[in-house]
Amino acid sequence: MLDAFALIVMQTAVLLVVAPLIVGLIRKVKARLQCRRGASVFQPYADLVKLLRKQPVVSSTTSWIFTATPYILFASTLAAGLLVPVFISRTPLSLAGNIIALVYLLALGTFFLMLAGLDAGSSFGGMGSSREAIVASLTEPAMMLSIFAIALTAGSTNLSTIVHKTALLQGIVTDPSPHLMAFAALVIVAIAETGRVPVDNPATHLELTMIHEAMILEYSGRYLALVEWAAGLKLLVFLTLIVNVSAPWGIATSMEPAALGIGLAAYLVKVSGLAVFIGLLESMFAKLRLFRVTDLLGTAFILALLGLIFFYVLRG
Amino acid sequence: MLNLLWILLGGYAVGILLPFCLSRRSNAQSLPASTPAIVATSAGVVLGLLGLTSSEPVTGSLTSTLPLLTFAIRIDPLTAFFLLTISLAGLAASIYAIGYMRHFDGRASVSTLGALFNGFLCSMTLVVLADNGFFFLIAWELMSLLSYFLVVTEHEKAEVRYAGLFYLIMTHVGTAFIILTFFIFFQEGGSFAFEAFRYPEHPLPEGMKTIAFLMALIGFGTKAGIVPLHVWLPYAHPAAPSHISALMSGVMIKIAIYALIRVYFDFLGGQFPWWWGFVVLVIGAVSALLGVMYALMEHDLKSLLAYHSVENIGIILLGIGAGMIFQTYGLKEFATLGLLAGLYHTINHAMFKALLFLGAGSLLYATHTRNMEEYGGLLRRMPWTGACFLIGAVSIAALPPTNGFVSEWLVFQSLFLSFHIPDTFLKLILPLAAAMLALTGALALACFVKAFGISFLALPRSTHARQAEEVPIPMRIGMALLAAVCVGLGLGPMVVVPLLNRVVAPFTGVSIEGQVLALDGWALATVNVEFASLSPPILALLLGGLSVLGLGIVAACGGLVRKRYYKTWGCGINLTPRMEYTATGFVQPIKRVFSSIYQPTVKLETEFLQESQYFAKRRRFEFHVEPVFQRYLYDPVVAFVTALAGRLRVIQAGSLHLYLAYIFVTLIVLLLFAV
Repeated sequence: MLDAFALIVMQTAVLLVVAPLIVGLIRKVKARLQCRRGASVFQPYADLVKLLRKQPVVSSTTSWIFTATPYILFASTLAAGLLVPVFISRTPLSLAGNIIALVYLLALGTFFLMLAGLDAGSSFGGMGSSREAIVASLTEPAMMLSIFAIALTAGSTNLSTIVHKTALLQGIVTDPSPHLMAFAALVIVAIAETGRVPVDNPATHLELTMIHEAMILEYSGRYLALVEWAAGLKLLVFLTLIVNVSAPWGIATSMEPAALGIGLAAYLVKVSGLAVFIGLLESMFAKLRLFRVTDLLGTAFILALLGLIFFYVLRG
Repeated sequence: MLNLLWILLGGYAVGILLPFCLSRRSNAQSLPASTPAIVATSAGVVLGLLGLTSSEPVTGSLTSTLPLLTFAIRIDPLTAFFLLTISLAGLAASIYAIGYMRHFDGRASVSTLGALFNGFLCSMTLVVLADNGFFFLIAWELMSLLSYFLVVTEHEKAEVRYAGLFYLIMTHVGTAFIILTFFIFFQEGGSFAFEAFRYPEHPLPEGMKTIAFLMALIGFGTKAGIVPLHVWLPYAHPAAPSHISALMSGVMIKIAIYALIRVYFDFLGGQFPWWWGFVVLVIGAVSALLGVMYALMEHDLKSLLAYHSVENIGIILLGIGAGMIFQTYGLKEFATLGLLAGLYHTINHAMFKALLFLGAGSLLYATHTRNMEEYGGLLRRMPWTGACFLIGAVSIAALPPTNGFVSEWLVFQSLFLSFHIPDTFLKLILPLAAAMLALTGALALACFVKAFGISFLALPRSTHARQAEEVPIPMRIGMALLAAVCVGLGLGPMVVVPLLNRVVAPFTGVSIEGQVLALDGWALATVNVEFASLSPPILALLLGGLSVLGLGIVAACGGLVRKRYYKTWGCGINLTPRMEYTATGFVQPIKRVFSSIYQPTVKLETEFLQESQYFAKRRRFEFHVEPVFQRYLYDPVVAFVTALAGRLRVIQAGSLHLYLAYIFVTLIVLLLFAV
């Protein structure tokens, strides 16, 4: 019981600390590729501290939804993160919710963020919410199918079980193509859900293009800090999900301190690697027009479906 | 238990009669109807809970002078479950009505409305209690007629009359199919008693079973509002007074689900070919998706909610359909799970849909309009209604840790367990249905962001909304009661699921009581704990704890600096409600992406200033969604029937002699046959 509690606290701390670092890392990679020196990878920490100290300005037209949303968003994203195995495969809270619970916990945050976008009454917020609604709706079927394709191989939708089995090389199919297709779909889904290029651009404040930034335009001070932190956490949760479900190598399968240490180190390496990859992707592609995003997400859906069909065909 | 039954039925009887006796007293008009209804529904809640936990079904009967008809009732767990659902929603609606009826002062007869309200509740209760086909049909017809009278409460409006007529015709077409279904059973069973339907003297031939399946699907499906038989629903449900809409959308359509389960799993013994389940599953998936899509385009809050009923019936049928498929392949544990998921969603939908309709009624009461574009800023003016509506919205959007999420999770799980089915086609179809459910869920979320965000947040968009005030206390109690039930059903699935297992297990033949709990009863599991588990209370605790952590971090880092209030940045000019995003604007991207389904017609007329072509004086924007089903499915039928009636008018010339001649000819023909 005490062990479990310690693990939960540890996992919370790791997620909270690593999230801004990943954001900083991606920014750094992009800057270097644009031949800029770029800010330090630790800049997001400084931003957070500064924002937390500033006096927030709140629109006088808003209701309690607007001020409650950052906390709900923060809590729901972090809760989703606690369901994913990070450095130990049998994460204590895994039985509290499987992968579908994770998807819907993230949706809870999105729901309130979309409401907050509408609350201030400006057109920008409404526009952001409206666009987020269509992107979030279209990612969902692809996400569900790819999750199912992955769950099939492990025979479980519980994240711990999936990771644990994969780490111990149980239930690995001879032909990895269904897995690969499902993962390609999941990467597209992750990009769309976390508002990265080519679906959304986190670095822009141009009304024609922004989605996430438009929703949070009215936030400032500590509220903005929490929203930004939650956005980083959401990105981290998806990265963790992808690396640990597809390549759980090095993850601790027991409670020994040495195993935990190795698990943590391996996790950091894997997640940073994937973050660099995301940075590369962002530099290689231009942002898509909003109504072309449909095609991208359609591709993800087809990929996941193909993965599923392949799985059954290969298994016979 | 029989005493409770008498209180239940007696309460309704008093509720039907009393309003007429006391109608003179003007200042407590709704009480004579509401008080007996509250007593009766409370008895119903207790009776339902007792019935769910008791091991033996309770039966009772009164014979009548008519042959074949006995007033037989039987309370088995399935009946008890639906009795509980009806009574809970009915209880909230009765309390709500005390305040809400003031809305009808001088516009409708409050005593008639009150009596009809009681009669409607009573007829729904009798439908689920009935243990005789004839009795069932009588109660069913009563339910349809009484709800029709309630729908046309505001009959001075043309669109209400249209809605009523549409409903009346559709519901009777449905009833015709139900009668046919029962006749098939009667033919082999020799009696209208449900016992004879269950165990007929001669087993039904396969062909007859298939016909019974289809007839029941059409007949009860019409009432349930499955696509494409749903078209009446978005007209009729919103037209009724709001607490009646809550009962119609929340409860009445569930009675059809009750009847479907009764026919398929009880009368037909749960033995069916795989394609039955497949048909139910496909209808469920299509209804869910189209229901939510049309809901998105609605800006009349009550119509929007009515379309969501189509969606949720779809989700319920997804669970039931999956259960039927598993049943065919002998995977009985999963069949239990699928059916259980459908039933869980049934009670959940009844609670949150009733809550949302009561909320919509409160908005109507406060602002006198149903058009969402005229709402706005109501959360600050009506905090209680807003909070209750938010709970309903979060539930229907299936977000954790609410009840809607738990039942959708169960539906997802039963669809995911499809890899046990030996048929590759079905193995692929069920996950696809899950993907459609995922899309449905996400669109429902978008729809309720729209419904709540446009109605309750930002600046008021009209004088009505600006002057809105919080509704009277009885209305708040009614809503709060349902909100509390929603939260309870969400946090306590570990209590609800074993109870539902008692309902389902007799039909599938396998109880999964020992396999649905994990973590010492703190978490819900599917049949296999390794496959999936979920613990809403732990998730709720986690969400609460982490919010506190967020607050703690904020307090530790910056201290809680006083926040400053300032107006929203309006690009240099003062913010007005006209700058806000409208409901139409909010769903524009969705409309565009799914334009092949909506086939929208957009009309934009611009009137320019005389001096210049660059300055618009006035713009008119019109936008319609093509009612595909009505245009291509119903209109031809209506046109055909009308044309046929026109032709038949020839023989109806109005001449008395001619009619006498008809009678004479008929008599002769009959005599010929008699010989």
